[in-house]
Formats: sequence, structure tokens, C-alpha cells
Amino acid sequence: MSKKQKKMLRRIVISAVLLVLVKVLCGLEVLPEHGLLTALCYLAPYAVIGWDVLYKAVRNIVHGQVFDENFLMALATVGAFATAEYAEAVFVMLFYQVGELFQDYAVGKSRQSIAALMDIRPDTANLETADGETEEVDPEEVPVGAVIVVKPGERVPLDGTVLTGGSSLDTAALTGESVPRDVGVGDDVISGCVNQTGVLRIRVNRPCEESTVSKILDLVENASEKKSTSENFITRFARYYTPCVVVAAAALFLVPTVLLALEAPLGFLNGTVWTDWLHRALIFLVISCPCALVISVPLSFFGGIGGASKCGILVKGSNYLEALAKTETVIFDKTGTLTKGTFTVTAVHPEEGFTQEQVLESAALAEQYSDHPISVSLRKACGLKPDAARVADVEEIAGHGVCAKVDDRTVCVGNSRLMERQNVNWLPCELPGTIVHVTVDGFYAGHIVISDLPKEDARDAIADLKASGVKKTVMLTGDAEAVAKTVAAELGVDEYHAELLPADKVEWAERILSARRPEAKVAFVGDGINDAPVLSRADIGIAMGALGSDAAIEAADIVLMDDKPSKIATAMRISRKTLRIVKQNIWFALGVKGAVLVLGAFGMATMWEAVFADVGVAFIAILNAMRCLRVEEFRK
Amino acid sequence: MKKRYKFVVDCANCAAKVEAAVKKIDGVNDAAVNFMAQKLVLDADDARFDEILKEVEAAAKKVEPDCELYL
Repeated sequence: MSKKQKKMLRRIVISAVLLVLVKVLCGLEVLPEHGLLTALCYLAPYAVIGWDVLYKAVRNIVHGQVFDENFLMALATVGAFATAEYAEAVFVMLFYQVGELFQDYAVGKSRQSIAALMDIRPDTANLETADGETEEVDPEEVPVGAVIVVKPGERVPLDGTVLTGGSSLDTAALTGESVPRDVGVGDDVISGCVNQTGVLRIRVNRPCEESTVSKILDLVENASEKKSTSENFITRFARYYTPCVVVAAAALFLVPTVLLALEAPLGFLNGTVWTDWLHRALIFLVISCPCALVISVPLSFFGGIGGASKCGILVKGSNYLEALAKTETVIFDKTGTLTKGTFTVTAVHPEEGFTQEQVLESAALAEQYSDHPISVSLRKACGLKPDAARVADVEEIAGHGVCAKVDDRTVCVGNSRLMERQNVNWLPCELPGTIVHVTVDGFYAGHIVISDLPKEDARDAIADLKASGVKKTVMLTGDAEAVAKTVAAELGVDEYHAELLPADKVEWAERILSARRPEAKVAFVGDGINDAPVLSRADIGIAMGALGSDAAIEAADIVLMDDKPSKIATAMRISRKTLRIVKQNIWFALGVKGAVLVLGAFGMATMWEAVFADVGVAFIAILNAMRCLRVEEFRK
Repeated sequence: MKKRYKFVVDCANCAAKVEAAVKKIDGVNDAAVNFMAQKLVLDADDARFDEILKEVEAAAKKVEPDCELYL
């Protein structure tokens, strides 16, 4: 509890004690039921608890802010005093302050738990100095290329590559994944992981402000900048709600009072006096505070976003969390998203006049500058060190392949479309997988078969999405029809489109977007490698395995820290739960307030009930909203 | 130009009011007050940014005197 909150608590206790004391004195008939002395006695606890509300009410009116909660509470309680309902006046103010305190406390708590969640940036790094000693420094002072030492139990402060040592890393804070990751010499490690077993020497390859952990923190801190429609609805609602209720309260008091004064023979006035109507109007004022509504909605979304990041899902704004719950179509990129994206060469079929080694070597050399998974697998299979001297004039043709001069011979490596473009007769292959054709000086040299396996959880992920309300799953790929068909059938994807260029993917996304119902959202899931345009075009762009890919983090609306497609269903469940809670809160608060307003108008609600409708509802709505932060059920 | 500032404000409704008031300032393209994160995001004309920022602070103080904008 903060200092301010403790002070408030003290005031509440003192005021409550005084209130009970005066009440008891009245009960023992030491004090009369009404009268100046009693009023003065009740004024003491009222002053203790309410002075600042009265002060703020006056100050805000001077500033031109009439309908704020301070004014409403001041007017209601002063009015209650005026109608000699002293105890009620004090109690209402007391309860209001308790509510405010609780609200403050709850909001602070949920901020704290998210801050704790985000406490993944170490304050120090052990920098290795020239003489082999280590020195504790601020991670911001560590230059790229320097060597840092991370001992067991410490958090990796900066991104880098392991020079010596081996260990298992706990990535739970980043990815929500509980199985530790083993790293050895040459592996890349990302900041924010906890080193569990061995000492690691790491060469830093990114400055602190560009490290993974900094980027994640930045992203989370600036999330919820984009507001959801429910948040916007509720603030707009609040803007009209309060003035309307205040006007209604004025009418509720003035109309019957004037009619009573005129002695109009109307049924509903029977047996009432003007103070009754004043009392009813005051009840209206107590309920007119929009606070319960206004606080519970953003608090829920904040909790939902925090809960999601506990699971390794970063959501860039509450509008995306909201949209996710309404997603009916999910488009997947194939490679790296549904499949592992690590290709292995499974066969090499050379034409006459070429050997297997020649075909593989030419292809690997031509592709040596490409980061495409296929190129990586070619280089791996070939085992050759990249050699810039043997390769020149590299030209990448997006969606087709690569042409380059290798040892002064023109080598083209790519798919069947590239072959057709080159007017080369190519041979189909009976093996499933991606076929990479190779030509040398315009002659067909043969083809290489590369296969990619689906991720272990891909099938379950698709089934899971279906179970959580997604109507259609689509897979888009640049890969060959045969490969796409096999993978789609294996995973249970509804629809697939193969042999697409990056531009075609955007076109398909557009087509799917224009065919949907307006309220149904379309999500696109990709790994961020050359699908940034689609990521930004879809209603919700989801980038996975995005640690380290800046373009993906930039373009996506939701970032999955690990590369498990099953996280999408998890994200969807969290968003559904959050939205459910938001709806519950809105309807509950509106319902109770509405009911008490009606009862109040007919003189059937007391001020105690009115205070419940305001503070009690806020109390319950906040507790409900805090459930959003709990995601244990979604973590497996 | 878009900038983020720490913005301490006590209640969600006040944050919404400040946001509405700031959006009305001439030269402000967009503004958002995030109550939960205690942040104010201001997107305003580059040329008059500092001047607008002063107006933003004044407008915020007027609507909700108990708020604080950390520059």
C-alpha cells in the first residue's frame, strides 16, 4: 500500500469510529434524533472523510468541470445533511471513499503484477576485460563484440552467441515455455532467458537498446495505446450518462415539488412531501457516477494483455485482443509457421553429364547469399564453405529462385516457374517435397528434392482453433501444389493455395478479406520472413517465432514469442475470456445502476442501496476484471 | 511527430476526460491517455510541437488538476 493509500485508510477508520460513536450516542438517547447538536456531531466524521471531495468539487467547478464525481458526491451528501439524514450522508461519503481506495489499490496491484512480469531485464552484465577478469557493468555500456560471462542462476543481459560453455536456458519469462532450451558453443542466445546450469561466455551481437528484452519491454509498455471499441464505447457512454442522470435528478425533484406547491391532484404525489422527492433525486446523484464502468473495462483489457504476455503472446493493443475473439478465418503461411521450416535435402537427381556433387555445389554456391530456409538447407547438405570469389552477379527473382555466375557459368536455381521463364525443359519428380531445379548455362542439370516436416503441434493447433470457434483455416504457400496438398491434408487445413508469389499472397488475403462478413475478422499467421505485407494487410497480423526478427515485430499486431502454432488458440481463448469479462462488467454495472435508478424514482431504493449500486458494483467489477490476469489454465 | 509521456492520473474517467480535451487542441492529430499504463501519447504537428505540448499540459490541468505530465 502506498503512503497516500495508508493515509486514506487512516481517515476511513477514524471517520468510521466517529460515525459509530455518534450513532451509539443517538441510540442511547444521549443525543437527540434531530437538531443542531446532532448535526454538528455527525459533521465531525463527515469532515474527516469528505473534506477533500468537497474541496475538489468546488475547485473543479471553478475550472468549468461540473459533472465530475466529486461534485456529485458532494451534492448528494450535502443534500442528505439538508434533509436531516445525517448518518446516511456520512455513510455514503465513507463508502464512496472506501470504494475509491479499493479501486486505487486494485489498479496498483494489477500494474505491479504486470511490472513484475516484465522484470526480465537484468541491471548488470559481467563484462570480460582484457586481462580475463570480469567486471560488473550496466548492460547499456557493453559494446557489440564484447564478451560477457553469464553464471548459472543469472539472466542473460544481452543478445549474443555462445563462445564457450554449455547450459540449459529457462525461457519461460519470454515464451511461457517451461521446457528449458539447451545451448552450446555457436548457438545464439537471447536476452531475458535465465541460465540454469553452466557458465556461458557470450559474444554480444546487439547493443542493449536493440536487444530482445528491450524490444519486448517497449512493446508491452506501449501496448493498449490502441483502444478497443468497448473502451471507446464506455468512455463515450460515460460522457452522456452523467449529465443525463443529473438532469433526470433535477427533474425528479423539481417537477413533483412544483406540482405539490400547486396542489395538483395527481395520484403519484399522494402522501409525499417535497423532501421525499429531494431525497429521491439525491439517490439519483449517487448512482450517476460512471466510475465503475469506466475503470473495469480498461482494467480487464490490461489484465488480458498482461496474462497473454505471461504465456509468451505479446498483444500490441486492446483492439487486437478484441478482434481476436471475433476471428473466424485464420490464414497460415506454410513454411516456418505450420512446418518446421528447416529443410533437408532428401535426394539429388542429376541429368546426364552432371554428378550429384556438381548439381548440389552449383546450387549451394548460387544461393549462398540467401537466408531462405531452402538455401540454408542446400548449403548444409553441400557442406561447402561459402566462397564469394567463385560467385558473381547474383540476381534473386522473388518467388522463382536465384540466378548467378558460378565459376563463370550461369547457374539458375529455382522452382518450375523459373524453368518455364528460362524456357528449359524440366523433369518432374516422383518424390514428395519441394523440388529445386538447377540449370547450368541454360542446360537442365537436374533437381534436388527438399522436404520440410510439419511441426509437432500443428495438427492439434488447427483442431484447437476449430474447437475455439474459427470457421475456416487457409494455408498459403509459395511451395508446389503437391507439397501443399500433402501438408494440408495431413494437418486438416480447410483450404490451401499453392505456388504463390509474395504478391499473390497479398492478393489471396485481400480476396478472403473481401469475402468475409463485416464483423468477422481475418487473422494471418506468418513467420515474418517476406510476409510482412500480408501481416499488415490482415485484420490481425500474427508473427510467430518472432524473437530476433525486427520486421515481423514491427508489422505484426500480435507477436508469438516462440514458434508454436498452438499458441494462436491460446491467444484466442485469452481474448474470449477477456471479452466475456468485459461484457459481464458492462451489463452488470448498467443493469444494477438502471435497476436502482428505477427503484429510486419510485421511492423504493434507499441511499444505502444507491451507494452499493455505485461503489459495490465498482468493487465487484474490479475483482472480476482482475480475473483476466489469471492465465494458469492456458499454460501447459 | 508522435511522442509518449509518463502521465500520472488518478481515475479512469479523468483519463478519458483529459484525452477528450487534448484531442480538441488545435494542431493535435491524435492523442491517447492510457490510464492503466499511465501514459499519454501525443501525435501533433512537428513545427509547433513544443507549443502544443504546453497547451496539452494546461488543458490536462484544467480538466483534472490532480494530474501530472512528466516531460
